[in-house]
Amino acid sequence: MISINEVIETNEMIQKMNLDVRTITMGISLLDCVGGTLQETCDRIYEKITSSAKNLVSTGEEISRKYGIPIVNKRISVTPIALVGGSVCKSSDDFVEIAKTLDAAATTCGVNFIGGYSALVCKGMTKADELLIRSIPKALAETNRVCSSINTGSTKTGINMDAVKLIGEIIVETAELTKEKDSIGCAKFVVFCNAPDDNPFMAGAFHGVTEADRIINVGVSGPGVVKAAIEAVRGENFEVLCETIKKTAFKITRVGQLVAKEASERLGVPFGIIDLSLAPTPAVGDSVGEILEEIGLEYAGAPGTTAALAMLNDQVKKGGVMASSYVGGLSGAFIPVSEDQRMIDAVTAGALTLEKLEAMTCVCSVGLDMIAIPGDTKATTISGIIADEMALGMVNQKTTAVRIIPVIGKGVGETVEFGGLLGYAPIMPVNKFSCDAFINRGGRIPAPIHSFKN
Amino acid sequence: MKKTIITVLGKDRVGIIAKVCVYLSQNNINILDIAQTIVDGYFNMMMVVDAGNASKDHNMIADELADLGKEIGVQIKAQQQEIFDMMHRL
Repeated sequence: MISINEVIETNEMIQKMNLDVRTITMGISLLDCVGGTLQETCDRIYEKITSSAKNLVSTGEEISRKYGIPIVNKRISVTPIALVGGSVCKSSDDFVEIAKTLDAAATTCGVNFIGGYSALVCKGMTKADELLIRSIPKALAETNRVCSSINTGSTKTGINMDAVKLIGEIIVETAELTKEKDSIGCAKFVVFCNAPDDNPFMAGAFHGVTEADRIINVGVSGPGVVKAAIEAVRGENFEVLCETIKKTAFKITRVGQLVAKEASERLGVPFGIIDLSLAPTPAVGDSVGEILEEIGLEYAGAPGTTAALAMLNDQVKKGGVMASSYVGGLSGAFIPVSEDQRMIDAVTAGALTLEKLEAMTCVCSVGLDMIAIPGDTKATTISGIIADEMALGMVNQKTTAVRIIPVIGKGVGETVEFGGLLGYAPIMPVNKFSCDAFINRGGRIPAPIHSFKN
Repeated sequence: MKKTIITVLGKDRVGIIAKVCVYLSQNNINILDIAQTIVDGYFNMMMVVDAGNASKDHNMIADELADLGKEIGVQIKAQQQEIFDMMHRL
């Protein structure tokens, strides 16, 4: 029989420590939606998404009430659109039409984001891939719920530097087209190395081509719960600290597993994976930066931060894999700046720089995330930042990503407000030295050697 | 048997358990176990109930209990037991 203390512990996690299930994401394959014309394709896409996910939001809400656990987001990911639209889209504007269709389907289903306006170009770009990439600024400016991602590299293929160069320009253009709203378009776009096929988190979610027709993936969170748990072992050694984090991650993930299983049964859609990520929100007490401080750092970014984060990330995984047989997606600690109050504070205090964040991304999921930089940053510099991050992922056989926002009209010292879960961020300084000649070379960086590991 | 856990949290006062029990009885919900404790000066009560033959569904019971809680100045939650089993039992 469950004891009253166990019940109180669970409910305190939910009420005081912001434990929640961050997202139930339904992955939907659109490969069978390709029609003879653009219009026919759009119609089929709309029909498939709205029929597949019509009960997604209501099911999420019912499960939430049944167990008394908040399920914050209900979302949809689809097959990378460059693959779906390849035969019917003859121009970038044609792809924008598909983006609008996705937006309309998301609105009908009541989900707040739909991911998969994507292309997988880690070795080369098809004509369709390039058209889709060039359509991203307009697609993100003219839709509200569509999220876009591009996979530009992998450990097996190397890095497509032509794509990296183009994406630097695309990010600047996206920022320009949404400058009235603090360049928010860029907050809905992420560039990956080693992108996972089953990630439920936005903006990088897409439904990989190796997946089933439809699938349910669940992302759990709970930085506040980890923070509260390790408060109780302040001053203890690393063994005690690690045990505490593992046990907490286990408990959090079990809730995700329960919700995922039930959502899968109710919706009649197979269960895919649990993504056990510590995903912060701007709410106080829901912060990865705060965990790092509790581990013993004055601010995130202080010496020791990379080691602390490596340890945290590893313990979260070790606890989580015991709780669910199917763990996937990104699974680790997220370190977005604008979505985490203590990371924002660390930047403001001068403790956390872009370079330190880059080092931190070597040991955690996912990458440079939600970082606002000056609006006058050159496209090649952005491409250089992306290339560095892609190289980390490629060499270390991990997923890395960049979601960076050049805020048009703003500079270092100013703040940008995205609102809601996206939070706000101080504009961070970027290294001023040029990498033009490097980015302008073109071609691709070969895959790294997989032996002689020193 | 699907068990539901009802928790009551708030300042202690006369008649909290009585009110909840009357509601449960009116809706044909059987009480299997009751435990209570004081944490940080707050009254915490947990009831394990069997709502298998209840006259209403879970969501309605949860909503009505929450409303009842508001009337008497405490917080009442009804949750299916699986969430606690999943979290605390291997």
